[in-house]
Amino acid sequence: MERPTSRREFLLAAGGAAAGMGLVSIIAVEPARATPATMQEAIRKTVGSARVDAGRVKLELPPLSENGNAVPLTVSVESPMSEADHVKAIHLFTEKNPQPEVVTFRLGPRAGRARVATRIRLADTQTVVAICELSDGSFWSDRADVVVTLAACIEEV
Amino acid sequence: MVANALVNVPAQARPGEIIEIKTLISHAMETGYRRTQLGALIPRDIVRQFVCAYNGTEVFRAELHPAIAANPFIAFSTIATESGTLTFHWTGDNGFSVTESAAIVVG
Repeated sequence: MERPTSRREFLLAAGGAAAGMGLVSIIAVEPARATPATMQEAIRKTVGSARVDAGRVKLELPPLSENGNAVPLTVSVESPMSEADHVKAIHLFTEKNPQPEVVTFRLGPRAGRARVATRIRLADTQTVVAICELSDGSFWSDRADVVVTLAACIEEV
Repeated sequence: MVANALVNVPAQARPGEIIEIKTLISHAMETGYRRTQLGALIPRDIVRQFVCAYNGTEVFRAELHPAIAANPFIAFSTIATESGTLTFHWTGDNGFSVTESAAIVVG
């Protein structure tokens, strides 16, 4: 006859099951998505070995977004936009979207003003980074944290 | 499918004036990360590039990735130098290519 399970055995089994479930859930929440590390890698790829300082560029995003499928944003850079001193490019990156790159804008002195607006997708509450490249070869960045209540990219069709 | 492009350019401007241009193109921007209920990955189909030229000279360009929302909206500015035509060209996956133009009178 099978003897009743002792308290010790029960706890061991339960602990094992819980640990197993924990492991499973860790694996389950590991789909294809960028991490802060992959974002850093993508930024490195874009700027090369140059130093990126905070400042000069301003990234404007709503701090709270109800719909991650279309988040309006504006990037502007303090620049005279002259032949000698202008913004060459503005790059946007995200931390937790499936892919860290969002968009690259290329502009020049004929833009007159370094200010661009668009709408992006955000898969999660995360940090968005804007990096601008000036004509003198320097890079400047700004970041904004956004809380997203309805995430993009995850729904089934 | 005929893609709908919408551009907003002022009809008139003074020489040297900075004008704002707003563009919108109808496109689903399928990310390539979504799945059907059966688990099959839906292939990527996005607009990858947008170029604006002022009388044939490129003044603005954007390289898009799947994180740009459906029906990509891009607003930027340029200096009104001379009367002429602004052309807008979107290209993307599966041979997507749309050109739109707008006339501007400067003076």
